[in-house]
Amino acid sequence: MTAQPDNNHSGGDDNKKVVTRLMFIVIGMFAFGFALVPIYDVFCDITGLNGKTQGQVSFSEQPKVDMTREVHIQFVASLNESMPWEFHPMTKTVTVHPGESMKIEYLARNMTDHAIIGNAVPSVAPGLAAPYFQKTECFCFTEQKLEAGEEKRMPVVFVVDPELPEDVETLTLSYTFFIKPGSETITTSALHP
Amino acid sequence: MSAVIEEHHDHHDHKPTGIGRWLFSTNHKDIGTMYLWFSFLMFFIGGTLALVIRAELFEPGLQFVEPEFFNQMTTLHGLIMVFGVIMPAFVGLANWMVPMMIGAPDMALPRMNNWSFWLLPGAFGILIASLIMSIMGMGSAPNFGWTFYAPLSTTYGPASTDYFIFSVHLMGISSIMGSINIIATIMNMRAPGMTYMKMPIFVWTWFITAYLLIAVMPVLAGAVTMMLTDRNFGTSFFNAAGGGDPVMFQHIFWFFGHPEVYIMILPSFGIISEIVPTFARKKIFGYSSMVYATASIAFLSFIVWAHHMFTTGMPVAGELFFMYATMLIAVPTGVKVFNWVSTMWKGSMTFETPMLFAIAFIFLFTIGGFTGLMLCITPADFQYHDTYFVVAHFHYVLVTGAAFGIMAGVYFWLPKWTGNMYDETLGKWHFWTSVISVNVLFFPMHFVGLAGMPRRIPDYSLQFAEFNAMASVGAFAFGFCQLIFLYNVIKTARGKTSVKATGQVWEGAHGLEWTLPSPAPFHSFTTPPQVK
Ligand code: HEM
Ligand SMILES: [Cu+2]
Repeated sequence: MTAQPDNNHSGGDDNKKVVTRLMFIVIGMFAFGFALVPIYDVFCDITGLNGKTQGQVSFSEQPKVDMTREVHIQFVASLNESMPWEFHPMTKTVTVHPGESMKIEYLARNMTDHAIIGNAVPSVAPGLAAPYFQKTECFCFTEQKLEAGEEKRMPVVFVVDPELPEDVETLTLSYTFFIKPGSETITTSALHP
Repeated sequence: MSAVIEEHHDHHDHKPTGIGRWLFSTNHKDIGTMYLWFSFLMFFIGGTLALVIRAELFEPGLQFVEPEFFNQMTTLHGLIMVFGVIMPAFVGLANWMVPMMIGAPDMALPRMNNWSFWLLPGAFGILIASLIMSIMGMGSAPNFGWTFYAPLSTTYGPASTDYFIFSVHLMGISSIMGSINIIATIMNMRAPGMTYMKMPIFVWTWFITAYLLIAVMPVLAGAVTMMLTDRNFGTSFFNAAGGGDPVMFQHIFWFFGHPEVYIMILPSFGIISEIVPTFARKKIFGYSSMVYATASIAFLSFIVWAHHMFTTGMPVAGELFFMYATMLIAVPTGVKVFNWVSTMWKGSMTFETPMLFAIAFIFLFTIGGFTGLMLCITPADFQYHDTYFVVAHFHYVLVTGAAFGIMAGVYFWLPKWTGNMYDETLGKWHFWTSVISVNVLFFPMHFVGLAGMPRRIPDYSLQFAEFNAMASVGAFAFGFCQLIFLYNVIKTARGKTSVKATGQVWEGAHGLEWTLPSPAPFHSFTTPPQVK
């Protein structure tokens, strides 16, 4: 430090203290911005907001099937605009009893001349019913790789929780296929060096 | 007083000269002046972009610019006005006035002060460079609106988005350093006897604003950092393909964004709270309620952000919570408005230019507050959201609120800064032309908004034509009136007005800053005054 005249009535030490404390707030809030990401996911998980379905569910004992009730399940498929696949459900709707395990299939075909890795993002409407839609097997749990021109049937096995609120009679399960970020450039260059 | 202090005193009053005086300045007044001129320059640049928008919207159909360019205009207009005009002007006023109001010689951290100013020309140089490149046909400038929602700004953003990100980082660092400095000054440099509850309201509002800035600017920095890594380093914070979520962007942005709108109004509340008592020749009504109201507005501003997101598909409980929390803010805001009106009640008022702007502020800001209340009613917002009604709302609170507050403050303190009285006739011309044209500009936007005209669109259907033509006429009138302001400020600063200002300047002025001579000496209080 040069011999700067001390402008401060109460000395530079106080300034250091204030600056240090405030820097803690600054760093803390920067970290908080990033912490919002997991907080957001946890929050959506707990509340079932956002239509996000849960990951894989496995039952130790099969839930009781509620034969008195029927729920209609509709299946929807869409592609992110940059995804050059064909993708649709083999069955458009099914009717199930809550607690009953059901298997349906989607079909995907890679229309290009190179391999592409895709990620399917599921979502359930109405969003608040999402936690009651439980998948025991799904192609969305892992990445899907299709070679050039390859066609693949992809199964989904699910159970509707018997706890599903009474007023829900129809659930829509929708998948959107995205190209795995960065994967296309890698596979293309691998194929055509 | 010891001899040592005398020596320093001599040294102090010797102003550095030439360009070095500004480049290396650590003086709160010089830095304040630079902030204010910077803001003024940005005001005209941002204003020019707004006039491009209004020229295009004068008639339905596409006249002057391509839709892509139109989007760049709305984006840069918003960014420049928010981060380049309102915020630097407030920091400039704080630099000038806070040390003088609390009886300090300078800011607590003068060298950091220099840094926080000089980052700004860099930040805006980068941003404006991207616009110049766009005009020269070298790729688009940022075009996703000042709210830069993902994935518009991540997956689909132009190459210049990375310029934008760097620029926002610099602005953030600048504001954080400025705020730390203001807090340190207020906490450590008050004159003996100046307790917290004796501080002028302007100092109080800035104290609270600085905390808001420190709390939310890092969150903004985090958001743009996530954008940066999403765009360039393969992360997927906001990219659904990689498991991210674009709606989360909106939560993070508005967690910053709503406190930010209060950052842009609280210092103006402070300025108005200085001006109204001066020209009503009465003490401010309800000093402590003013302080508590400011603090509660600041606190509430953290829990209302999702009122910008009512249409994103929140659950009903969330919609209700954010609706009621937002309505609650109207209570402390109302307290302030009533206090200003009560201060004027039975005062012996005179209507010099600062007071005229202050009164217009109270009236027109309140209109903006009311439209805010309309917007926060969730079911109604489904109709109003993303229409011109929102544009009308935030221009009433920001132009006739924040910006009128700044103009009032400039007229109020200019004689103290320069030692010369500004030209009152020109001031009155500036006021009346501004206040009329600004309403011609923004009031019709309420109507087209309620009728369903979307915002950020370069074309519109025929039934909106008349009101849009009106707004465009108002816009050009308002823009050109500001040249009167510029001329008046330059004339005063160069001493070309006939009247010299006294130390007290205004008959009803009270407070430490008015005990200094005009123009205020280079270093404010070298010996601390005693406050009783
Ligand atoms: C009584 C106080 C206020 C209330 C209740 C209120 C409410 C709202 C609501 C509900 C919206 C969202 C409208 C929509 O997008 O559909 C909004 C937008 C906005 N408000 Fe306010 N507001 C208030 C005061 C202010 C103040 C003081 C400012 C700034 C000085 C401000 C600046 C803005 C801005 C900039 C936007 C638009 C953001 C954008 O989408 O670009 N508001 N306000
Ligand atoms: Cu808000």
